[in-house]
Amino acid sequence: MSKKPMKRKTRENLAGWMFLSVWVIGFIVFTMYPLFMSFYYSLSKVTLSGEGIQVSFEGFQNYRQIFSSTQGFSFLQSVGDFAFEILFKVPIITVFAIIIAVMLNQDIKARGFFRGIYFLPVIIASGPVINQLVNQGAATIPLVEQMGLIDFINNTFTENLARPIATIFSELIVILWFSGVQILLFIAALQKIDRSTYEAAMIDGAGAWESFWKITMPSLKSMVLVSVIFTIINLATFSENKAIAHIKNNMFALETGFGFSSAIAWVYFVALAIILFIVFILLRAFSKEKVRR
Amino acid sequence: MKMETKNKIRHFLLGKKLTEGFLGKFFLYGLLIIIGFIYLFPLIKMFTYSIKDLEDLVNPIVQWIPTKIYLTNYQTSFVVLDYWKTLLFSLSVTLIPALLQTVTTSIAGYALAKFKMRFKSVVFFLILLTYLVPSQIYMIPKYVLFNQMGILQTAWAIILPATFGQGLSSAIFILIFYQFFRMQPKVLDESAEIDGANPMQIFTKIGIPLALPAYLTSFLFSFVWYWNETYISSLFLGTDLYTLQLKLLNFSSQFNLAQGISQTMINESIRFAATILIILPVLIVYIVMQKWFVEGIDRTGVTGE
Repeated sequence: MSKKPMKRKTRENLAGWMFLSVWVIGFIVFTMYPLFMSFYYSLSKVTLSGEGIQVSFEGFQNYRQIFSSTQGFSFLQSVGDFAFEILFKVPIITVFAIIIAVMLNQDIKARGFFRGIYFLPVIIASGPVINQLVNQGAATIPLVEQMGLIDFINNTFTENLARPIATIFSELIVILWFSGVQILLFIAALQKIDRSTYEAAMIDGAGAWESFWKITMPSLKSMVLVSVIFTIINLATFSENKAIAHIKNNMFALETGFGFSSAIAWVYFVALAIILFIVFILLRAFSKEKVRR
Repeated sequence: MKMETKNKIRHFLLGKKLTEGFLGKFFLYGLLIIIGFIYLFPLIKMFTYSIKDLEDLVNPIVQWIPTKIYLTNYQTSFVVLDYWKTLLFSLSVTLIPALLQTVTTSIAGYALAKFKMRFKSVVFFLILLTYLVPSQIYMIPKYVLFNQMGILQTAWAIILPATFGQGLSSAIFILIFYQFFRMQPKVLDESAEIDGANPMQIFTKIGIPLALPAYLTSFLFSFVWYWNETYISSLFLGTDLYTLQLKLLNFSSQFNLAQGISQTMINESIRFAATILIILPVLIVYIVMQKWFVEGIDRTGVTGE
């Protein structure tokens, strides 16, 4: 072999892309191409027949239909509900995860046992399982129903407001079930805090309460962003989510079809992107505070 | 003297730190146990209901402890779910994609961690994008594509994307492997290179053996997430192929279809028994491999620096 040896830089570049090649092929075939086609479908009338699939371009017709048909309205309604639910669920999940993480980070016995319990729902919480638990009334604390809380909510708020709030209370426990991974993320962040920081604070006369707000919380701030984004994505793609059910249901419906479904998928994505963007801006401002302090 | 005893009591009760004193400990453990109980309440309720017979179920006095252990619910669910056959199929669309996804994402993560490549930041951006863009967007064209390829309503529709690193949460696994491989000391690779090993050999002889914990954790999470996924699989597998989860999703209709089951009303006991049968396989895996799940996130360094 009398090949001229390649430069190290070229060699590394080549080897890297070789290793990445399977992923690149997959990305092009199973992600980029479908992404492109999905957008194309959303601008087309797609009809299915015996011979296959006919696609004819028709501009923004599908998007107009979202804002002018009953199917479209009921989809938009569930996106609205979802956004509203996030407003409640994300803080509940995040605060709960932080509390549990802080408790598990103390020197306690059987930490592994408790950690195992709090993580368990991540393993079993599939759509159908949650669905069964909610439908058979095992998803909430019995007190909530016994005290007539749901009736109270239905009577006090307007219908649009009462529905999501009642959902949150009637599924309270399974909402907390979505915090398993977040608890571990916060524990990991807590373990990075140097113990001597607490000792130094104690010598300076800080109590447990002050230490928590001045040392523990600031070091969790960056993890809050990660955790919140994970939570939102997790909830947004959860199979029992009403909004994404519309995408699938409309695929084979007579009046709508693939084109319309693709369009609502894109609307859903844009809504999600807006939510994530707002959250990102808010939380970044929040975690910058500590630097300026 | 008096002051001393007072201090002793104070120390005993409150301690110097939050968790040192008796009160603090009592409070902490109490809270952990109570919250843990509430947290597991759905599971406990599910289990007690699943062993109730009809009499216990309608009897308002019998709440937590059934008068007898009644296993017919499980028998019925077993038949309705067609358990062994469905389990086998479920495993084929969870274990295989999980395994292949782990392999592919590890190779991709290795590439990003070890080599100076052009456009690496673009690749990172795209990987993050695949995480942030909900899979619902490319579901429909994928459906059309799989139909053209003739793999719709076969296990391949689930396995193939996973093989090419575009499966469930592939992005997360690539990042896990990226973090893990990045932490490996470069010296080892360099000495192997001096000894004449090519990148592939370095990967298989040094990279993989040192990254076994990351492999195990990724595989386990991948397995569990595939097991619990129903939205995409119900579309791609169609109406003839059922995983256990999909059978549970359509439990009522499955119940009516089942042969040799008296078509009595399905009650919540039977539903709960079926639910338990469905979480059982992952539950067993979790009990055996618990520490790989909960410590894995820490160990793989996904939490970043």
